[in-house]
Amino acid sequence: MAKWIKIAGGAVVLAAIGAGGWAWTSLNTSRSGVADDSVALADFTSDDAEAVARGEYVMRMGDCAACHTRGQGDFAGGYEIPTPFGTLVSSNITPDRDTGIGGMTERDFFDALRQGIGQHGFLYPAMPYTAYAKLTDGDMHDLWAYMSTVAPVSNDIDENGGMAFPYNIRLAMAGWDMLFFSNSGFEPEAGESEAWNRGKYIVDGGGHCSACHSPRNALGAEVAAAYLEGGSLGDWSAPDLTQNPHVGLGGSTAEDIAAYLRKGSDGVAVAAGPMAEAVEHSLQYLTEEDALAVGTYLVSLPASDTPAPEGADVASLPHAALDYEVNCSACHGLSGEGITGMVPAFAGNKGLLGDPTNLIHAMLKGARAPHTHEVQTAAGMPSFAWKLSDERIAELLDYVRNSWGNAAAAVPASSVAEMRASLDAREPMANPAQ
Amino acid sequence: MNRREALFSLGSMAAAGSLGSAAAAAELKGFPAQTAMSADHLPVPAKTGGGFRVLTGETEQKTVKAVFDRLIPADANGPSASEAGCLEFLDDQLAGEYGAGKALYLEGPLKPENEEAIMGAPQFLTSPRERYEAGLKALEAYAQENDGAAFHALSPDRIDEILAGLEAGEIDLGEGVNGQAFFELMLQNVREGYLADPLYGGNRGMAGWKMIGFPGARYDYRPYVDRRGEDLALAPVSLIPLD
Amino acid sequence: MANERPKADVVIVGLGWAGSVMAEELTRAGLNVVAIERGAWRDTSTDFPPAVDPDELRWHTRRHMLQPMSVETTTFRNRTGQEAAPVRNWNAFQFGWNVGGAGTHWAGMSWRFLPWDFQVATQTAERYGQDRLDGLTDEGLMLQDWGVTYEEMAPFYDRFERIAGTSGKAGNLNGEKIKGGNVFEGPRDRDYPTPELKDTNWMRMYRETAEGMGYNPFTIPAGNISQAYVNPLGVTMGPCTYCGFCDFHGCGNFSKSSPQACILPALMRRPNFTVLTETEVLHAVKHEDGKTVTGVNYVTRDGQEGFQPADVVVFTAYQMDNVRLMLLSQIGEQYDPATMKGTIGRNYSYQTCSSVTAFFPGAKMNPFIGGGALGVQIDDFNGDNFDHSDLDFIGGAGIMGYSTNGRPIANMNGIRPGTKRWGSEWKEAYARDYQEAANIFCQGTSMPTRDAYLSLDPTYRDRHGQPLLRLTFDWNRNDKSMIAHATEKAIAIMKEAGGEDLMVDNQAEASWNPYKQHSSHTIGGLVMGADPSTSALNLYLQSWDCHNVFSVGASAFPNNGGYNPTLTVGALAVRAARAIHETYVNNPGPLVEA
Repeated sequence: MAKWIKIAGGAVVLAAIGAGGWAWTSLNTSRSGVADDSVALADFTSDDAEAVARGEYVMRMGDCAACHTRGQGDFAGGYEIPTPFGTLVSSNITPDRDTGIGGMTERDFFDALRQGIGQHGFLYPAMPYTAYAKLTDGDMHDLWAYMSTVAPVSNDIDENGGMAFPYNIRLAMAGWDMLFFSNSGFEPEAGESEAWNRGKYIVDGGGHCSACHSPRNALGAEVAAAYLEGGSLGDWSAPDLTQNPHVGLGGSTAEDIAAYLRKGSDGVAVAAGPMAEAVEHSLQYLTEEDALAVGTYLVSLPASDTPAPEGADVASLPHAALDYEVNCSACHGLSGEGITGMVPAFAGNKGLLGDPTNLIHAMLKGARAPHTHEVQTAAGMPSFAWKLSDERIAELLDYVRNSWGNAAAAVPASSVAEMRASLDAREPMANPAQ
Repeated sequence: MNRREALFSLGSMAAAGSLGSAAAAAELKGFPAQTAMSADHLPVPAKTGGGFRVLTGETEQKTVKAVFDRLIPADANGPSASEAGCLEFLDDQLAGEYGAGKALYLEGPLKPENEEAIMGAPQFLTSPRERYEAGLKALEAYAQENDGAAFHALSPDRIDEILAGLEAGEIDLGEGVNGQAFFELMLQNVREGYLADPLYGGNRGMAGWKMIGFPGARYDYRPYVDRRGEDLALAPVSLIPLD
Repeated sequence: MANERPKADVVIVGLGWAGSVMAEELTRAGLNVVAIERGAWRDTSTDFPPAVDPDELRWHTRRHMLQPMSVETTTFRNRTGQEAAPVRNWNAFQFGWNVGGAGTHWAGMSWRFLPWDFQVATQTAERYGQDRLDGLTDEGLMLQDWGVTYEEMAPFYDRFERIAGTSGKAGNLNGEKIKGGNVFEGPRDRDYPTPELKDTNWMRMYRETAEGMGYNPFTIPAGNISQAYVNPLGVTMGPCTYCGFCDFHGCGNFSKSSPQACILPALMRRPNFTVLTETEVLHAVKHEDGKTVTGVNYVTRDGQEGFQPADVVVFTAYQMDNVRLMLLSQIGEQYDPATMKGTIGRNYSYQTCSSVTAFFPGAKMNPFIGGGALGVQIDDFNGDNFDHSDLDFIGGAGIMGYSTNGRPIANMNGIRPGTKRWGSEWKEAYARDYQEAANIFCQGTSMPTRDAYLSLDPTYRDRHGQPLLRLTFDWNRNDKSMIAHATEKAIAIMKEAGGEDLMVDNQAEASWNPYKQHSSHTIGGLVMGADPSTSALNLYLQSWDCHNVFSVGASAFPNNGGYNPTLTVGALAVRAARAIHETYVNNPGPLVEA
């Protein structure tokens, strides 16, 4: 399976560079032909309450609100997304005619969501149309029905005013699409179960998991060869979701994954950072059946090649054991057991053994677990930037990543220092007795 | 869960986005999302390096040192108050909110006699900073008048004698200074300095904690609670790492 | 009014335990609630995580989290005729000053009152005769039943325990007495949510000694919970680590019952709930009909005044402030001890306490292993658990051997009697006695008298120019006899345990004053009852005088039990909240006809 993905991925890039025919494929909007092109959203009302309810579910799955609701009204946009190419601002997707998408027809809506072609031109792939392309016509119709029920909000947004040249030219995205975008819909695998196919549909479609959990190339496109093997979000990292036994989901059951998605914790790991937001705003709304389907699909992914970490010697660390007892054990437990569903365990928490970015981030800036309807606490992790030096933070991370059966590479103090600078975390206080 | 709870999620998302670090603002809707320590709950280590900020006079420094080192002298149980940083501790405390009496109710009318009668002890009617200023002056004046020498130049035995007299309420330090209350204030502060976290400038080398066997700023005794009656010999720890 | 806010269904004044419980119930029922809190927002990981919490000087000695006297204090005198003096420095009263209130930095002792505590008058007359009750009344005691019984309160106690995660061991399950629990407690339907805490060295010694003397020792029910727990709101708590930084401190690991650890995570996310922080309510505003209020006037930290209109106003502030707010709002009539007329301010009581400290040569008590509510108690001499026929008092005290903390500044006078508090003598003594000292504490009932009451001070004012509350109080003869009796029992236990060089501090032997108390439990002044001539609130904590004003707090207790008040406050909050959303809002008016 892994090989297949790699070959396919390589082929995509080659084909894009070599073949002019690709352009026709990626920019072809004939799929949107199933949608109505006569009534604008502002004029559309749906009398199908069930469709609206299903559409709301699609909206939750796609987590539209995560980017389009940021303090200026539900779905009214205004969320600034920093990218290496400049700052994008999320658009107003309420049915407001002048500042939102009220003037769009259903077909325009389909073009935008599944083709990345919006009312002002090509969309930037920060909008995961690369994944939403997989959404079925049925889910799209339902989502359209739901969007018609959203209250219009007047909020004028200059979406790409903060983008640097030449990235502020939307037409440039056509070239990007030609290279990296396939607008084909979701095709079920005949030999796989219904749950598996449903899971893959959610993961690759509305859930757009690979947007974070796959690495990206220099032009911001997902590296298909490393599908769901983990990706970097800059000051957070998205762990490997394959069955890798060292840093991935090896050993996790579909039920564990379903619990994590719906409650933010599988009893060992607890979501934080952007994943906490994804759980809070999107994944907790998945039905038990859909969450299990995602689990079923993910546990079928073959392990990535990431090897077992060498491990670090913690016995010789001068401060770590006492620092852990003084600062960490009250919540994370004397044996790294955490508090079920609330505070992450360290023992057996493989998601913490690969890229240490998330741990360093949490130590320096603190973090929060997601709030869900079932698990209300959303416990906070305090920041330690004011208290612990780069060396002591690195030592503590080495300690928790190499105790209770864990093994992980040593964290260089320089990595902590770099993040301290990039996150603008404060320097540790000096003790006057020093 | 009722319907209103089930429906609130969109609203809470909006709130989470707008709140950010607005914890101190007046109106809160939704759970404040910040993760950084609140600025006013971070420890405030003693300021060092710039010299004394309140006890700036040479005589008053010497007087405090003379008193403190009799209240806590150097001996087999540990260093003296001044060796442990209690003067720096006191100066830092007096320079801050404590010294300014920020928490105290200092509104009038001030009725010292009635208030002492009602409360059974002399009342704080001025800030600790002002009390030290007046008290140290009065101590020096007392020594000059009764011993013809500076307070700090008196013999240890004589200083002990004066302190005991103040403690017992037998020495009158003159108008505006209640000697007994001033003694209690100094005794409280010097022992605070000896026993508070070293981050406040005193308890150097955690000498005060070592004296009694207090393990300091630890937060988890579950490994020890069942070891009833044992000498646990736990090394003390400061809130801000010392090494 | 410069700033009139949108109208709320209910405005809650003070967001501590009572306010949080009230708001949780009311918002879950769908009501639109605005809470107004004088202090700031505070949360576990951002304000008192383990990395800043174990700091005695800041949190305990300097009381950084409590409301300073410069914001508001009280004045005090022992008796009418004296000129009250303002309480200028830190003292017994522990006003909360943050979202979570004093519930953020309390110790955690989580008691249900005894059935007797709710019916002191009736049960005294029944067991010892009407003459006995009349005699106490003639002496000046003002005994009256609460109007609710323990049996009626039990479901509300249960609800609050479940929210708080209280640790303990049942001693009376539906009437079946269980050794190891408190066999004197009122019957409970089920055991505590989490098991009892572990024994420290001293607790084990105390337990074995008390048991050997034929008493019934048990682990104190605690808001320091013994294991991880998920409460009915879906909020998770952690296990207590015996860190010893509990009372006056927040809890860094979610293991102390508090609004932060138990309620706010769920409550704050409800869209029908709003908090105005750092905003102080000045008073409620009366409607021209005189029978209701229209809302509350407040002032923000920046000095902006505003008006919050609401259909219902609930005072859930500190006990003192509940009474003060009623007086400042001119709701009801001020109690006058000369005429015994008026209900606001009457039935003030405190907590009658003593302590016995002793030293055990060579012992390692390791006092730093502690918890705010960590202790073993006997209730054999509490309430009416023993025969008072031949005694000259009613009531009693819980007698506990406790391990709350080993904070070095707080304990620096815990040295053998006769030792100097300074010099090498003190150092030598403290170096030894820190490990050898142990304490027994008697926490007794307190009965109100005609002369003890709360009123507005004629002279001293707060920062907004409003009068301070004035307390007139001293120990009464009954309570002094009671605590002398309990103290004798405590001395006997301490001697039996092997303690030497006893130091006895019976606080009732001297006149009461706010700087000398071991306890912070200030009670009454706005009490509930069945009779509008002797109570300010009816059985649902509703004002007899203004039917859309409710108030919950220890201010509502007509007398104090030999216990900490919090669990009873929480239970009353549940009870009042249910009366509001199940009955009152559907048909506003008096819930009990006067």
